Amino acid sequence: MSYIKKPVARHPKLKVNSLGLTVRDYEGSMSTLCAGCGHDGVTAALIQAFFELEVEPHRLAKLSGIGCSSKTPSYFVSEAHGFNAVHGRMPSVAAGANAAHRDLLYVGISGDGDSLSIGLGQFCHAIRRNVNMLYILENNGVYGLTKGQFSASADIGSTSKGGVVNRQGPIDPVNTALSLGATFVARSFSGDKDQLVPIMKSGLRHNGFAFVDVISPCVTFNDHQGSTKSYAHTRSHMHEVIETDFVPLRSEITTEYSEGSMQSVTMHDGSVVKLHKVAGEYDPTDRRAVLDYLVDVGSRGEIATGLLYLEEAGDDMHGFENTVDEPLVEIPFADLCPGSKALEEVQKEWW
Amino acid sequence: MHPTDTRDPQYYHRVVDCQWACPAHTNVPEYIRLIADGKYTESYMLNRESNVFPGILGRTCDRPCEPACRRTRIEDEPVAICRLKRVAADLRGDIDHLLPKAAAEKNGKRVALIGAGPASLTVANDLVPLGYHCTIFEALPKPGGLMRTNIPSFRLPVEVLEEEMDMILDMGVEVHYNHRIDSMKELLDEGDFDAFFIGTGAPKGKELNIPGRTEGSANIHIGIEWLESIHFEHIDSVGERVLVIGVGNTAMDCCRSSKRLGGKDIKVMARKSRPYFKASPWELEDAEAEEVEILIDHSPQCFVIEDGRLKGMVFDLVEWEENETGRLVSTKHGETFIPADDVLLAIGQDNAFPWVERDIGIEFGEWDMPVVDRATFMTTREGVFTGGDAAWGPENIIWAVEHGHQAAVSIHNYCQGIPITDRPPYGMNLVSTKMGIHEWRYSNDYDPVLRTEMRYADLEKRLSDMKIEAELGFDLKETVREVERCLNCDIQTDFTGNLCIECDACIDVCPVTCLTITHNGEEDDLRQRLMAPADNMDQAIFASESLPQTGRIMVKDEDLCIHCGLCAERCPTAAWDMMQSDLLIPYAGHESWPKTAITASTTLV
Ligand SMILES: Cc1cc2nc3c(=O)[nH]c(=O)nc-3n(C[C@H](O)[C@H](O)[C@H](O)COP(=O)(O)OP(=O)(O)OC[C@H]3O[C@@H](n4cnc5c(N)ncnc54)[C@H](O)[C@@H]3O)c2cc1C
Ligand SMILES: Cc1ncc(C[n+]2csc(CCOP(=O)(O)OP(=O)(O)O)c2C)c(N)n1
Ligand code: SF4
Ligand code: SF4
Ligand code: SF4
Ligand SMILES: [Mg+2]
Repeated sequence: MSYIKKPVARHPKLKVNSLGLTVRDYEGSMSTLCAGCGHDGVTAALIQAFFELEVEPHRLAKLSGIGCSSKTPSYFVSEAHGFNAVHGRMPSVAAGANAAHRDLLYVGISGDGDSLSIGLGQFCHAIRRNVNMLYILENNGVYGLTKGQFSASADIGSTSKGGVVNRQGPIDPVNTALSLGATFVARSFSGDKDQLVPIMKSGLRHNGFAFVDVISPCVTFNDHQGSTKSYAHTRSHMHEVIETDFVPLRSEITTEYSEGSMQSVTMHDGSVVKLHKVAGEYDPTDRRAVLDYLVDVGSRGEIATGLLYLEEAGDDMHGFENTVDEPLVEIPFADLCPGSKALEEVQKEWW
Repeated sequence: MHPTDTRDPQYYHRVVDCQWACPAHTNVPEYIRLIADGKYTESYMLNRESNVFPGILGRTCDRPCEPACRRTRIEDEPVAICRLKRVAADLRGDIDHLLPKAAAEKNGKRVALIGAGPASLTVANDLVPLGYHCTIFEALPKPGGLMRTNIPSFRLPVEVLEEEMDMILDMGVEVHYNHRIDSMKELLDEGDFDAFFIGTGAPKGKELNIPGRTEGSANIHIGIEWLESIHFEHIDSVGERVLVIGVGNTAMDCCRSSKRLGGKDIKVMARKSRPYFKASPWELEDAEAEEVEILIDHSPQCFVIEDGRLKGMVFDLVEWEENETGRLVSTKHGETFIPADDVLLAIGQDNAFPWVERDIGIEFGEWDMPVVDRATFMTTREGVFTGGDAAWGPENIIWAVEHGHQAAVSIHNYCQGIPITDRPPYGMNLVSTKMGIHEWRYSNDYDPVLRTEMRYADLEKRLSDMKIEAELGFDLKETVREVERCLNCDIQTDFTGNLCIECDACIDVCPVTCLTITHNGEEDDLRQRLMAPADNMDQAIFASESLPQTGRIMVKDEDLCIHCGLCAERCPTAAWDMMQSDLLIPYAGHESWPKTAITASTTLV
C-alpha cells in the first residue's frame, strides 16, 4: 500500500471526452491491494471503458460483496454511487437497486469466493432474473482477502502456495452462467486490456445481465508454478475464440474483417458489437454449440476467452415484471403507494 | 529499438533536465535535497565542485537550467533553482577546512592566465591544487572581470563576490594587478610559462554611429564602460532623463543603476517588441518593478545636439513584419523626438585582441576571432588556450566557468604530455533509494504548489543606495516550500526486464501516462504507439529487452515522468527500482571514472 496519493499531475495531452473529462477523472482512491494484483488491472480497464463510453459519474452505481475483488469499487469513479454489501449478497442488492432505479448504470464486482461459494445462489438468481447490469467476477482461484484458501474455481490438480493439491472439481462460472440462460457471457484476462476494454464496453451497453469472468491473478497467494490462475499459466493457455470490437452509436466502423468470420450484433442503444471469430466454426449466438465448444477447449486445458455468447433481444428483469419505463424512484410516493383505500379496491378482485 | 543502455552515464544525465542544461552540469536535485535536509554547507560544497561560485551564481546566473526544468512541462513555472542555490550560500557554515588547498609541492609547471574574470579564476581553482604555479595578469586594480565591474552591487554585493574569489586566490595564486598585457608575443617570448590561458573577455561595448554621436559624447556613454566607472566610483550621478538604448541584460543594469544615481525618468528604448527582447524575463520584471519605462518599436535615428549639448534623440517609429524568407523587416511610419540628459548605449559587446600579434601562430578567423577548438579550448598555437567570453564572444558566468574547467583539463594534459584530445570520461554511480516497502530515501510525493515569489527590499530604500541588495532571498518557510517542488529527476526509474510479469500495475498507476508494454518497433513508430504519444523529441524514450512472458517490451517516455516512484511501489517483482544516478564529472587531474555505471542496488526487501 502506497503512502502517497496518486499525484494530481497528469499528461497535458490526455484525451478529453464529450463531458470534458479525461480518463483520470474516472479514477477512485489509491488501491490498497497488493502490488501487481490482477484486480487493479480490471479496475484500470473499467476506468478506460467508462471514459470511452463517456459515462456520467453520477449515473453509475457500483456494487460489491466482500473480498479483495469486492474492495475495488473504491478505486474507480469516486463520484459514482456505491454499495458494499455483505459477503455474497451483492446480486440481490443490485437487483433491488435496479428495480427501484432502472435508469442508472449498474456495475457489480465480485470474486470467485464471493460468487461461487457463499453467494452462488444469489449469483444464479440474478442471472435468471436477467438483472440489467455488468457483473464482473474477478477470478483468482483463491480467497485472496482471507489469505489464499482454494476457492470453488480452483482446478483439480492445481496447488496452493504451500504445495497442497486441490482435488475437488471446480465450478466454472462461464458454464454456470450459460446453462442458467445468461444473455451475455464473456471470459477475459486482467493482463489483456486490448480484449477486456471492448468486452466491458459491450457489457455496459447490453440490455440484461452481462457476465464477465476475468482471470485476475492473485500475485501474493496464487501466482506460483502449480497455479492455473497465474499470469504465466493464463498467458500460455489463453485461447482467444472471439475478438470483440465495440462500435459506439453513430460512429464509423473502421476495423475490417474478412467476410464470413464476422458477426455483428446491434445493441439496445444502437451501438454495434462486432464479433470476429478467431477459431473457425464458432457461433456466439448458439448457446448449445458454445457450451459444447467450451467443454472441448476446457478438456485440453486451454482457457477460451472473448465475448463467448451474446443474445441481445430478450427481456431483462423489468421486461419480465412489465414495470413502467419511468424509474420507480422518480414516481411520486402517493402514486407509488396510493394508500389503503386503493388497496382495498384492488383486493376486491379476489373477494 | 535496441534495448536502451542505461549504464551509459549520459542516458540518465539527460533525464536530469536542469543538470543537462547547466553548462557546468551542476547536480541540482542533490543540492536541493541537501538544502531540504538543512545541510547547507554540503549543498554549497556540492555546488562549488561544478560551478565554483555558488554565492555569485545564486544571485546572477543566467539560469539555462530553469527553462529546461521538468516542472515547466508539468505546470508552467520551473523550480526556483537559482534562488535555492543562494539559500545554500547564505546559510552555509564554515567551509575553510573543506576548500581545495594548493598542493604541498609544486609540480614545476607554470601557467600564465591573462585576465582575472571567472574563466581564469576557474582554471586557477582547478590547477593550483594539482601543483601548478598560476600567475594572473589583470589590467584592472581588482579581480573579477565583468562580475565585478559590470554586475551592479544591488544584484551582487561586493562582499559575496570577493569572498568567493578569495577562496581561489588565497590558495596561492600570483596576481599582477594593473598589468595589462599589451603584447602576447612578448609574454610568449619571455619563456617563463609552460602554458597560457587567455581569459580577457569581450571588453568592448558596441558603438552607435549615427549623427550627433561625437558632438554629444560628453553625455553619451558606452553602457559597460559606464557601469565600470560606477563600480570604481568615478561616476556617482546621472541626469534626470535617461535613455537606454538596447534591451538586453546590460540595458537592464544600466536603467536600474540610473534609477539609483538620481535618474527620474528612465526609458529603455527597444527597436522591436517584447518577444524579441534579449534580457531575461526576470530582469525585465525587476526593471519594470522599479518604474523603468520600456518603449518598443523605436529605432534610433540621430542624437539632437544644441549649443554643443545633448538635448535628446530622434527615433523612427517602426513596424515589423516577417518577409517571405522569415526575416523580420521594418517599415517606418513616423518619427518622434524624446528629450534626454544622458544616453546609455547597451547594444552589445565585441571582442578585441589588438594585443595579440597576428604572426605568432594564433590564427584568427571570422569576425576577427581566434580559431579555437570546441573540445580542447586550444588556439592554433600549441600551449595557448582560451575560454569564457574571449573564446566565442559574450556568454555568461556559468559558461565561463565550464570553459575554465575544460581548459584546465587540457592544460593539465598538455603539461603532463598526455594528448589534449584524451578527455577523461564521465562516470555514474547508481544506487537504490529503497528504504522499506514503500519508503524511499527522497520525498517522492508530488507537491502541486506554485513557484515561490521572491521578496524585494523596500522600493524607496533600495533606490536610495546602489549597495542595497534588491532581492531578499528566500526565508526558511519559502525554502521549505520551494524545495518540495523539485521532482528529483536524478532518482531514476531503473528497469530489470527479466523480472517483469507484465501485470500492468506500473502502467495503470503512472499519473502521467509514461509507461507502455507493447511490441517492439522503430523508435518513430513506437513513439506514436504509446499510452500517450511521445512527441517531445528532446526527451529520450527507454526501451527494455524483450519481456519473458510475451516477448513484448517495456517502453518509457522520459518526457513527463515526475519520479514519484509509484511504478516501483506497485511493481510486485521490483522490476522497477528508484535509483539515484550521480553523474561523476571529470576535472583536471581527477582520476578518471569507469565508463559504465557503478551500481549498488542493495534493496531492503
Ligand atoms: C552589464 C553586464 C551584466 C552581466 N550580468 C550577468 C549576469 O547577471 N549573469 C551572468 O552570468 N553573466 C552576466 N554578464 C556576463 C558575464 O559577466 C561575463 O560573461 C563573464 O564575466 C565572462 O567572464 P570571462 O572570465 O570570460 O571575462 P571577463 O569577466 O570579461 O573578465 C576579463 C578580465 O580580463 C581583463 N583583461 C582584458 N584584457 C586584458 C589584457 N589585455 N591584459 C590583462 N587583463 C585583461 C579584464 O580587465 C577583465 O578583468 C554580464 C555582462 C555585462 C556586460
Ligand atoms: C459471511 C462471511 N463469511 C466469510 C467471510 C470471510 N471472507 C472474507 S473474503 C472471503 C473470500 C473472498 O474471496 P473472493 O471473493 O474470491 O475474493 P478475493 O479476495 O479472492 O478477490 C471470505 C470467505 C466474510 N467476510 N463474511
Ligand atoms: S524538477 Fe528538480 S531535478 Fe527536475 S529539472 Fe527541475 S530542478 Fe531539476
Ligand atoms: S516514477 Fe514511475 S509512476 Fe511516477 S511518473 Fe515516473 S514512470 Fe510514472
Ligand atoms: S508492475 Fe512490475 S511486473 Fe508489473 S508490468 Fe510493471 S514492471 Fe512488470
Ligand atoms: Mg478470489
